[in-house]
Amino acid sequence: MLNNYIPILILMLFAIAFAIVCVFLSKFIGPKNPNPVKLSTYESGMEPVGTARQRFSVKYYMAAMLFILFDIEIVFLYPWAVAYRKFIPNTVYYALIEMSVFIAILLVGYIYMIRKGALNWD
Amino acid sequence: MGINYFLILALLLFSIGVAGVLLRRNAIIVFMCIELMLNSVNLVFVSFSSYLGNSIGQIFVFFIMTVAAAEAAVGLAIIIALFRNKETINIDEINILKW
Amino acid sequence: MNYYEIIFYVFAVLTVVSAGVVVFSRNIIYSAFALLFTFTGVAGIYVLLNADFIAITQLLIYVGGIMILLIFGVMLTTNVTNVEITTQTLKALPATIVVAIVSALLVSTMVSTKWAVKDPISVESTTINQIGELLLTKYLLPFEIASIVLLIAMMGAAFLARKN
Repeated sequence: MLNNYIPILILMLFAIAFAIVCVFLSKFIGPKNPNPVKLSTYESGMEPVGTARQRFSVKYYMAAMLFILFDIEIVFLYPWAVAYRKFIPNTVYYALIEMSVFIAILLVGYIYMIRKGALNWD
Repeated sequence: MGINYFLILALLLFSIGVAGVLLRRNAIIVFMCIELMLNSVNLVFVSFSSYLGNSIGQIFVFFIMTVAAAEAAVGLAIIIALFRNKETINIDEINILKW
Repeated sequence: MNYYEIIFYVFAVLTVVSAGVVVFSRNIIYSAFALLFTFTGVAGIYVLLNADFIAITQLLIYVGGIMILLIFGVMLTTNVTNVEITTQTLKALPATIVVAIVSALLVSTMVSTKWAVKDPISVESTTINQIGELLLTKYLLPFEIASIVLLIAMMGAAFLARKN
């Protein structure tokens, strides 16, 4: 069983090694002669005005929250889709109705969000 | 490998989570430590599910994850609302219920 | 030490060390990103326990979802104008005592109980079939209630986080 994961392990090791090599290679073999112009935020652009650390809008949080709740819904769909085959000749309608109820309840939430204006960007 | 290895790992994770909840002032870190404790409980569920050879424990973990996600959405919304009203999320400065 | 144990120790050390960083780091951003590694380590342990679907779910929900929300929470609640993202600790002594008591309780329970377990059977296929079947038959009511929980969470969070 665990032998199936050997490709994933190799991929993981490659990813880690690649990241480390990329970071350190440019650090070691790249030439370094900094000057004030090179170190400015935009070397050939405008001078930045004000601070970059502004408070984020709560709208981003709304998007992330909706994402995670519908993420859960998708995760519930996977075992349903796999188990669906076992229901096929006789009790397939049960499986279908069960998932329809699940999705319908979440659809209510989605409609509520639209009506409430939580998805409007301004 | 015996089940004790996994139980000890879960125990360490749970203790670290308890320590974080009791030690830290920032509400978001307290929240992260609650997630650590939930993860350690999930780990115990999955180890017993694997060592007993039935998958009921994994279904429990599935539902725990659902509740954890709902909790994350609502809990962080509460923390954000709190920050907007009080300008702080240090749990010892939020004491309006104290008498 | 066979390769199973080596992989177990790698993931266990990753989990515990990064969990320690979550609790004891002074910088909240470091805590948030250490939590990412804790979740990944726990997912690795799930794979070792033959729970492949739970491992994927862990990656999808915790690493892909809850972590995003947490980082958004950090961005929305730190006082960004005067850069102060370090956090202090509360009284250490009572906390240490409570942690010691809780740990001792758990250790004594773990040692004194004779767990009626057998060695894990190495299942050749995935566990997702069983989970899906149980979810649609025996655990149907929790499954439908989970959707109501999600609905309430959606409405509640939308209500709490909106502009005014």
